[in-house]
Parts: sequence; structure tokens; C-alpha cells
Amino acid sequence: MHVRFSPEQDALRRSVAQVADRLGPQAVGQLDDGERRAKLDAAVAESGWRELRTPAEGGAPWASGVEVAIVAEELARGLADVAFLGPTLAAELRRLTGAPAADDAAETVALTGDLAALGSTVAVDAAGAAVALGVRDGHVVALSVGAELPPVDLTRPSAEVGPDAATLAALDDDAADRWAALALALTCADLVGAMRGAVELSVDYAKERRQYGTAIGSFQAVQHLLADAHVLAEGSRSVALHAAWAVDALAPRDALAAAAVAKAYCARAARTVGETAIQVHGGIGNTWECLAHVFVRRALLATDVLGGEGPNLTRVLAHHGVGDQTGAGDGLR
Amino acid sequence: MDFGDSPAEAEFRQRFRAWLVDNNPGLPASSTDDDYWAGQAAWHQSLYDAGFFGLSWPTEVGGHGLPSVYDAILDEELAAAGAPPRPGLGYLVHGILEHANDDIKARFLPGLVNGRDRWCQGFSEPDAGSDLASLRTRAERDGDEYVITGHKVWTSYSDDADWCLVLARTDHEVPRHKGISAFAVAMDQPGIEQRPLKMINGITKEFGEVVFDGARVPAANMIGEPGDGWPLAMTVVSHEREPGELGYVARYRKLAKELTAAVKADPTAYDAEQVRQLGWAIVETEMLRHHVSRRLSDRLDGITHGPEGSVDKLLMTWTEQTVGHAALGIGGADHTGDGDDTWLKVYLYSRAQSVMGGTSQIQRNLIARRILGLPA
Repeated sequence: MHVRFSPEQDALRRSVAQVADRLGPQAVGQLDDGERRAKLDAAVAESGWRELRTPAEGGAPWASGVEVAIVAEELARGLADVAFLGPTLAAELRRLTGAPAADDAAETVALTGDLAALGSTVAVDAAGAAVALGVRDGHVVALSVGAELPPVDLTRPSAEVGPDAATLAALDDDAADRWAALALALTCADLVGAMRGAVELSVDYAKERRQYGTAIGSFQAVQHLLADAHVLAEGSRSVALHAAWAVDALAPRDALAAAAVAKAYCARAARTVGETAIQVHGGIGNTWECLAHVFVRRALLATDVLGGEGPNLTRVLAHHGVGDQTGAGDGLR
Repeated sequence: MDFGDSPAEAEFRQRFRAWLVDNNPGLPASSTDDDYWAGQAAWHQSLYDAGFFGLSWPTEVGGHGLPSVYDAILDEELAAAGAPPRPGLGYLVHGILEHANDDIKARFLPGLVNGRDRWCQGFSEPDAGSDLASLRTRAERDGDEYVITGHKVWTSYSDDADWCLVLARTDHEVPRHKGISAFAVAMDQPGIEQRPLKMINGITKEFGEVVFDGARVPAANMIGEPGDGWPLAMTVVSHEREPGELGYVARYRKLAKELTAAVKADPTAYDAEQVRQLGWAIVETEMLRHHVSRRLSDRLDGITHGPEGSVDKLLMTWTEQTVGHAALGIGGADHTGDGDDTWLKVYLYSRAQSVMGGTSQIQRNLIARRILGLPA
């Protein structure tokens, strides 16, 4: 047991943080800066981070769920408006099912309308993607990506998918569980990053904003809100790291159970932390120009991908023999 | 990053699991039943004698000098077997290890670690709770001894204790944090009056008051130098905040397991909200287990903790109180009078966790100032 990043993992974390800090949006107004977004996308493309789950020799991925989580967390902390979740999960789906490698078209995944499972209705994290991999009748299919949908998450657009589906490969239960474990672990890391970013933003604001002649961060009422938010982010980080490790280290059903534990915890925590960020910013926090809602919106998408606390509590209980255990009991397929 | 066992850790886990099969004393939880304390000393000694206690403490005081993560493995196996948690004495051991001279360490640590000597902690007073530095218990020099006068409260398990780690004021002329000294005081003497307190769930062993009225302690039993009491107290309370030190994860997992079994045994008896609360009890207990693994792993790389203990304390508190809510929902609402009230006791006991070892409000103050850097 050694729950610490290796030197290589530390180095990865630092380089992702540098890219996110240098090229991510520093203000809401910068979200529309296409030139900046293109530079960010080019930096991520060059890094190879989107290929972490493509198969190396023997079919194993180039990197473990932990590296995927490191990248996801730091990109979310910096509100990086760049595709990562979608391409990573598409690559994992191809790897797990033995579907042939993608041609040059950028890929993402297609989920059901409520995003709670693999499906063929909505392409998520669809910036730049031409193809979305979804599931129909137990088979992985390739769908074309259509028009963007009105965004919930201002950093990652969703899109319609076309009606025609090309069948690629069959998806068995173990592969589906393994894929869902990675998807949940990745979204947990995304939530942890969003929480850390929201806490940093709010702490900085509480140190600067003055009322009654003093910084509002000197008031215990404000301090305790921020302390609780920090603690929720730390607990989330611990459980999310375990889920990320479990993706490749445990049997598929156990990996999925670990991921469901983490997702239930992180989803609930992220909503509280996001709401705290808005509250600490006061009136400003309720304006479009404040980054607080951008964190909240990013967390809403990450929460909805394979479900938030409700579906994942159900998965956790089913794993412990309580409640609905029909089939895999997880409603992922 | 690896949450799994190394070969040596796996061997230890198997060895402890095999030992537990024949040596689980099946005690009730300390938090719900005074009978736990009748058997706790034997359980401590049994763990020690088999080589399973004080895993991360130095060998010269009876420990095993192993990395702290072995404590996490031990706790997992205790929980899996439904065995009682290990006695959580690390805060006293660390306080003495870090602040006492070699004579004190040699005289007191082996008995504390091997479970033959029972200890309690005399810190809080009726007028010195969160504001511990305002304590008024006095220790006055009289030849080779000090004479102790004062009133201590929340001295857990004091009526079973052979020794008390007492904080007392030895110098009234210096700033209040600097005039406090620490002593190992023998409890079996005239001049010490025990007053057990009954907790809200009815147990009487956990809480106590101790009145010192002319109790005597050799000057050679002072831990550290005169005036070193405050830094020692800070070491003790910082370890008292760490779930890895206390082994509480094992207690929460055991409770969550028992609650799960209760729901599985009679699935139609519980409504959706009660089952949902069980789900949160499982989720938060697992979170805390992984958080402890992360924290104990930090120590492998030589990272010692300062204010992060307050983060751990809040996570531990929230977990215990979530388990408490599940216990209330699933087993605590029997109003017929003929039922087992164990789950009600679990719930009521959980309310102490946000007070003991420093209130949740004090932890939030520490996090805000020392971790987030918010202004005073």
C-alpha cells in the first residue's frame, strides 16, 4: 500500500497544471476566445494525454486509470475547455471491445438522453469530434456527430448524433463494467478538480473582498463555509483516487463498485462546494461574469455522466446485496 | 500509486486474519456497552502478546517499527471479522515519545504499549474546554514531589486507569501557554476522587470527572521540562484527531456491515429513505478508509502532519454521524420498549464525535487559518 503519486505521476500532474493555467480561461469573457482554445487543444493534442487508454502491445492501455484521473483533475481545476473525457472514453471502448483503431477522425462517446448510460442519443464532450461511439443492442456502434446542443457545461459542448450507425464490435458484461468504472473514475477526478478550483477561487475572493472594514474571509461564518468545502474536496480526492486505481487493479465488478462509491460521494460533495463558491462571492457570484457558475456547470455535466448520487447509491447497495440486483444491477447497459 | 498489498503486507494480512479466527473476543462496541471495558484490557494484551499491537511504534517501547499502513491493514481485517477495534492509544504514545526524556520513556511506554498499565488523559477542565490553555489545575513543588490540586473532566476511562497524563500549571508568572507542565500521575492514591459521568446513551465508562485534592507525584514523573506541557498537549491532540491513529474506521465498517445485514435480513421492513441512509453510511465509511490509506502513506515518505489532522477529524466526524443516522433510521426507532436499543445508543454516541478531541468548530477555525490562509 503506497497511496502516493510516483515521481512520473507528479511530473504529469505538474505539466497538465501548467497547460491548464497557461491556456485555460482566466475569466468568463475568455471562454469565447477561439484562438486561445485552439492553442489549448493543440497543446493537449501534442501531449498525447488523449491517447492514454489506447492499446499498447498486448492490449493493455498505455497508462492506468490513475494517470487518466491526474489529467482529468488538473484540466477541471483550470476549467480547461478542451476535449479529454470523450476521446479517452471512446479509446477505452475500442480497446476493451477489440474494435479496430479509429481512423484520423476525432471521437467521443454517445450516451442516453439523461447521460446515465452508454447509448446513442447525445454525444458528450463533443468539441472537434466527428464520430461518437455508442451502444445499440449490445454492440458498439459508430455514429456521426451533428449540431451542438444548448450547453449546460460552458467548457464542454454536447451534440446531437446522426441516425446511421456502423456496428463495430460486441460489448460483453466485463468490458461494459470496466468501461463504466473508468468513466465514473474519470468523472470523479473531474469533480475533484472542479471542487479544488472553486475553493481556490472563493478563498482568493474572501481574502480580497472587504465589508465592515475588513476582509470577509476573517469572519468565522465565511471561514467555516470554506473549511467545509476544502474538507469535502479532500475526502473526494481520497475516494476518487481509489476508484482510479481500482479501474485496472480490481476485477471489473469490484472496480465498478469502487467507482460507484466514489461517484456518489464526489457528486454530492461537488454540488455543496459549487453552491458554497456562489455564496461566498455574494451578488457577484450570481452574475454570469463570475467563474463560480462555470465550475458548477462543469460539475453538473461530470455528475450526469453515468449518474450522480442516486444511481450510484443504488449500485453501491446492490453490490452489498441490498435492493435491485437483477442482471448486473447497475443499469449501465 | 497503489492501494493494494505488497507481498509483505499480504503475508501480514493473512497471518492476522488466521489469528483472528481463534482470538476474536466478540466484545460489544465500546460506544454502546460498558461490558466492553471489562474485556478491553485482555483484548489489548492478547493483541500485544500475539505481536499485533503497536505496529508502527518503535521496537524499544514494545512496538514493531513497521510502516503506518500496517495499522490500516489491521483495521480492515478487524472490521471484516467483526472484531473490536484496536485500543487507540497512539496519541499518548506519540506525546510521550516526542516530549519525554529516556527515563520516562523507559519507565512508562512499555506498560502503556503492552496493555498492562491503563492510562487516561487529564486535560480538559470545567472552565477549560476548547480554550485549553486557560486550565487552572495547579502543581506546586514540595521537595522531590509536586502536589496537584484541580478538577479535570472528560477524562475517558479514568476509573479503570492506573495512570493519568495530567496537564497542570506550574508557573503563574509567565504567559498562560508557557506555564503548563505535564505529569504521569498514579491514580491509586488518596487525594484523587473519581466521579464517573453517564453519557446521553447511558454508558458510564467513557466519561469521567477527576478531582485532584493534594494528590502527589514525584518530580521525576514530569514529562518534558517545566513549561513543556503545551507543546506536548498539541502533539497529543493532533494525533487524537487522526482516524489512522484511532482505528475508528474499523468501528464504522463493523457498524455498516451489521446495519447492512439487518436490512438484508428483513428487506421489506425498511423504506427507501432508510435504505438510502445505509447507502451513505457505506459510501462515507469507504471514503474514510481510503482517506486514511492516503494519509498513512504520506508518512512512508516522511511527511508528518500539521493542520491536515483537522481535515481528517471532520471527515471522521461526518462519517461517524452518517453511520449514526443510518443506525437511527434502521434500528433506533423501536418504541415498544422490548427491543434491543443498541442502534439508538450508536446514534446518540455519534453526537460526541463533533465535540471530543476538539469541536468541529475549532477544526474549521484551524483549517481556515492554517490551511486556507484566511485572515484572523
